[in-house]
Amino acid sequence: MTDILIRNGRVICPDQKIDHEADVLIRDDRIAEIGTTAASAAEVIDATGKIVCPGLIDMHVHLREPGDREDETIASGSAAAIAGGFTTILAMPNTDPPVDNPAAAEFVASRARQADLATVLPAGAITVGREGKELTEMALMSLAGVAAFTDDGSWVASSNVMAKALKYAKLTGLPIISHCEDPGLVGSGVMNAGMVAVELGLPGVGRSAEEAAVARDLVLAGETGGRLHITHVSTAGSARMIREAKARGVNVTADATPHHLVLTDECVRGYNTCARVNPPLRRQEDVDALREAVRDGTIDCIASDHAPHAAHKKECEFDKAAPGVIGLETTLAVLITELVNGGILTWPELIARLTIGPARALGIAKGTLRPGADADVTIIDPAAGHVIDPATFVSTGRNCPFAGRSVTGRAEIVIVGGAVKSA
Amino acid sequence: MWNRKHLLGLSELSAGDITEILDLAQHYRAAALDERKAADTLRGSRVMLMFFENSTRTRVSFELAAQRLGAHVTAMQMEASSVKKGESLKDTVWTINAMGPDFIVVRHSSSGAPWQIASWVGASVVNAGDGTHEHPTQALLDLLTIRQRKGRIEGLRVGIVGDIAHSRVARSDLIGLAKLGAEVVLIGPPTLVPEAFARMGAEVSHDFDNTIHQCDVLYMLRIQRERLGSQLFPSVREYSTFYRLDAQRMQRAKPDVLVMHPGPMNRGVEITPEVADGPNSAILEQVSNGVAVRMAVLDLLYRNRR
Repeated sequence: MTDILIRNGRVICPDQKIDHEADVLIRDDRIAEIGTTAASAAEVIDATGKIVCPGLIDMHVHLREPGDREDETIASGSAAAIAGGFTTILAMPNTDPPVDNPAAAEFVASRARQADLATVLPAGAITVGREGKELTEMALMSLAGVAAFTDDGSWVASSNVMAKALKYAKLTGLPIISHCEDPGLVGSGVMNAGMVAVELGLPGVGRSAEEAAVARDLVLAGETGGRLHITHVSTAGSARMIREAKARGVNVTADATPHHLVLTDECVRGYNTCARVNPPLRRQEDVDALREAVRDGTIDCIASDHAPHAAHKKECEFDKAAPGVIGLETTLAVLITELVNGGILTWPELIARLTIGPARALGIAKGTLRPGADADVTIIDPAAGHVIDPATFVSTGRNCPFAGRSVTGRAEIVIVGGAVKSA
Repeated sequence: MWNRKHLLGLSELSAGDITEILDLAQHYRAAALDERKAADTLRGSRVMLMFFENSTRTRVSFELAAQRLGAHVTAMQMEASSVKKGESLKDTVWTINAMGPDFIVVRHSSSGAPWQIASWVGASVVNAGDGTHEHPTQALLDLLTIRQRKGRIEGLRVGIVGDIAHSRVARSDLIGLAKLGAEVVLIGPPTLVPEAFARMGAEVSHDFDNTIHQCDVLYMLRIQRERLGSQLFPSVREYSTFYRLDAQRMQRAKPDVLVMHPGPMNRGVEITPEVADGPNSAILEQVSNGVAVRMAVLDLLYRNRR
């Protein structure tokens, strides 16, 4: 493998608290050193004016394979990841059939190796069939390469099963990722319960549907000592409870999505099915509280919850539309534009939430440019202005709530394991 | 109104638009009830009725309204259509639109469906009721009825009683009444009348007995038996005891209170026969006014198409 020298970029590595101009030398598939180096290398990348950071990690992505290849495949999804600047993604197991056994996990890992683009870590289901009743073979799945357990798409409604899952998963050292949505409180709701829902005549989902579930999971994590990660936090109340739980030592991490950090339920007006998502887009005060939680680290990372759907699943009545929005190819630009250029986060804070944050939440040795680390690097042009156009996406999905938005910032070069990748 | 292509909801109309429709409907009252007085304003045009939900009065009312303006009408039986084979809404309306109708009158169980349809077709779309969102022509005929019987709408106090949360009729009436200057109080149990509606310009009350005397108009909504068992209210008996309009409760009301109901009624549940069929009731006038209002709506939309 050729060595690569990335010169003159602004190197941001939150793990090492580095944020200054430097060169990065890659030897084989490892980071060799950071500094002003007189070394030469077979391949030289001029990163003048660019940001050089650890390869970005997205710990919540739906690749739809096995089963719904019309929505996305492991190949197209991992290509979309590269296009968006992500070198590692966690693939959710709510496929059809679900990834609830070692063979299915091995299938996902093997397809990802074939695509040879972003690193795809499979997640395994917590319960068989994601039915919320019996635990899966967590230890065997862990041997097959699973990096986390989640029934995402569904919450484990039985408190007894969730408590057992948190205890048992300690055997693997892997986190239990919880999609906090009490189905009884969701009912037939299709958007946030608020004035917009009343005006549009659409049934609403109260914040209690998430907060009651978050409260339960935090209590169980505290008592069992299990390793809990709460995904796609969407309300101010959830953020407040997570902050308080962390302060008293509960072993919990959390992520929020770009769309919950930018959009509100106003986006649903006109019955826009690209704004239908679980959990739903909430109020401005939730957006503001989530931004503060990302800033102060209550929310450790930002994950897209990339959820592609074939066109016919969205071009229909609002209450029949499949919930979900894509995000791999818009996350970076939206976050740079709204959070960094909007003065909410500094560059190192944003990069941390996309690198060392998810790496620590998953307990994986990535998200850093420490010498000896995997040579996963993302080079970002912070000033590239463009208009979001889903028709140009590499992902098979087009269900993007940011279509037509003017944004700044783009991933230009993505290196995975020392090899430059193109989508 | 003459610059509008569709009638989707009262939320999009101004007070002036609404008044214009009511005035034209008043003019059509005679033609609405007598075949021999029909006009030919829509002669040569085609009206497609696409009712994805059941209906008695609205469907027949639109059919008669269109015919009495001289239009050709096709009333589709959606239960007998390829929707049963799983054909999507988009394909269904695209197929019909490809046959060149001037109007598509649609009733659908999904809130927002008429808006989505309007973005897919060249025809003028008239909303005959979408999910729990709006039923604009119902509200318009209600407004006409109130105006006829009370001489005005501004300054009246209208009580709407029942399952407000799931009623598209209540929403459209609330919007129309507020735009024309009436006060609205929404009455029912907390699970059926959420406080959020107070922010739509209405008052909320859970105490019918102590609010009824304030009302110039009592608009009774059907309690849907399908809602039983969904933890919204425990029994019909309990609901009727506190919210039914019967002779005893009528004694607390103003002597000249106007009693209305959009139909269909559950006689005995939300209203008793003696009140529904009594001297304060305008229920059948609502139905007659419905044909006139729908003639006015089609007339005004058609002016924009020619």
